[in-house]
Amino acid sequence: MFATTLSSGVVVLVGAVFLACAVEMVEALTIVFAVGHTRGWRSAVEGVVTALAALTALVAVFGPALVHVPLTWLRLVVGGVLLIFGMQWLRKAILRSSGLKAKHDEDAIYQETVAQLQQSSGAVGRDRIAFVMAFKGVFLEGLEVVITVLTLGTSAHRLGLAAATAAVALVLVAIAGAVVARQLSSVPENAMKMSVGILLVTYGSFWVGEGLKVRWPGSDTFLLAFVGIYAVVCWILVTLIKPKSTSRLVKADA
Amino acid sequence: MSGQQPLVLRLLRGFARFWWDFLVGDTPELFVAALVIIGAVSLISQHWHANILAVILLPVLVIAALSISVKRARDEARRG
Repeated sequence: MFATTLSSGVVVLVGAVFLACAVEMVEALTIVFAVGHTRGWRSAVEGVVTALAALTALVAVFGPALVHVPLTWLRLVVGGVLLIFGMQWLRKAILRSSGLKAKHDEDAIYQETVAQLQQSSGAVGRDRIAFVMAFKGVFLEGLEVVITVLTLGTSAHRLGLAAATAAVALVLVAIAGAVVARQLSSVPENAMKMSVGILLVTYGSFWVGEGLKVRWPGSDTFLLAFVGIYAVVCWILVTLIKPKSTSRLVKADA
Repeated sequence: MSGQQPLVLRLLRGFARFWWDFLVGDTPELFVAALVIIGAVSLISQHWHANILAVILLPVLVIAALSISVKRARDEARRG
């Protein structure tokens, strides 16, 4: 019983952190590749390293502090944040799957970033524009990873596991990105975002309930029931709102 | 204008803007829905002590909020 309960929570936690990190990493990597190919790799790599250092500092400062917040309050606040964040992700993924919103196009983002960089003149030595672009790309996408890791990890009392999962996702996506170079558009990003949305809403619902002293049937195992319920609801919503003609797409966004 | 503001004020504004975009952004209905869900489940669970009702109501409200938000987006897309 304990093993089943433990593994349900761990599987959902690892799945949510891994997928969320992988999706954000793909987006960051697209920008870094565009900067590296257009302006040279030195400043791009410096931007990436600086952004990673800043994100690590954020985790080092806020991670231990969160552990001291009473667990009930932490789970209520974190649950609320995850619920909102997860519903936002799910909404976008449902609209994209149904064809009402254009899918996130990494090729288009790559071309857009390259065009933007080519307009500005080249630089000798340290390239400030390349550095800033790479830093912003990694820092802003990484910030969402940090929030996901800190909130999921601390509420589940498994911050180490969440951080290790994020690190594994980071390394795997970096390796995959280096192998496939610019073919990041082949990553099934919307399916991954749908999965992340389901997992975030699952954890959000669960922890809002825990924070409000709701006793879930089967304890942590109820997480799996949430995953199933929300997955079915998403499938129904996509089917219901799918238009016969998908010619009217709304503008794609991040 | 923003260059004349003290650094602390600019940082605070940036911090507030980040959380506003992160939590509210272009879907204020989901932010409001989350507050309603927390309020309703709190009332049922902690004041009425109706645990089963809270277990059922929480996911039902989440699904309702998501459905309304998706429908709103679909209607906006149809209007072009």
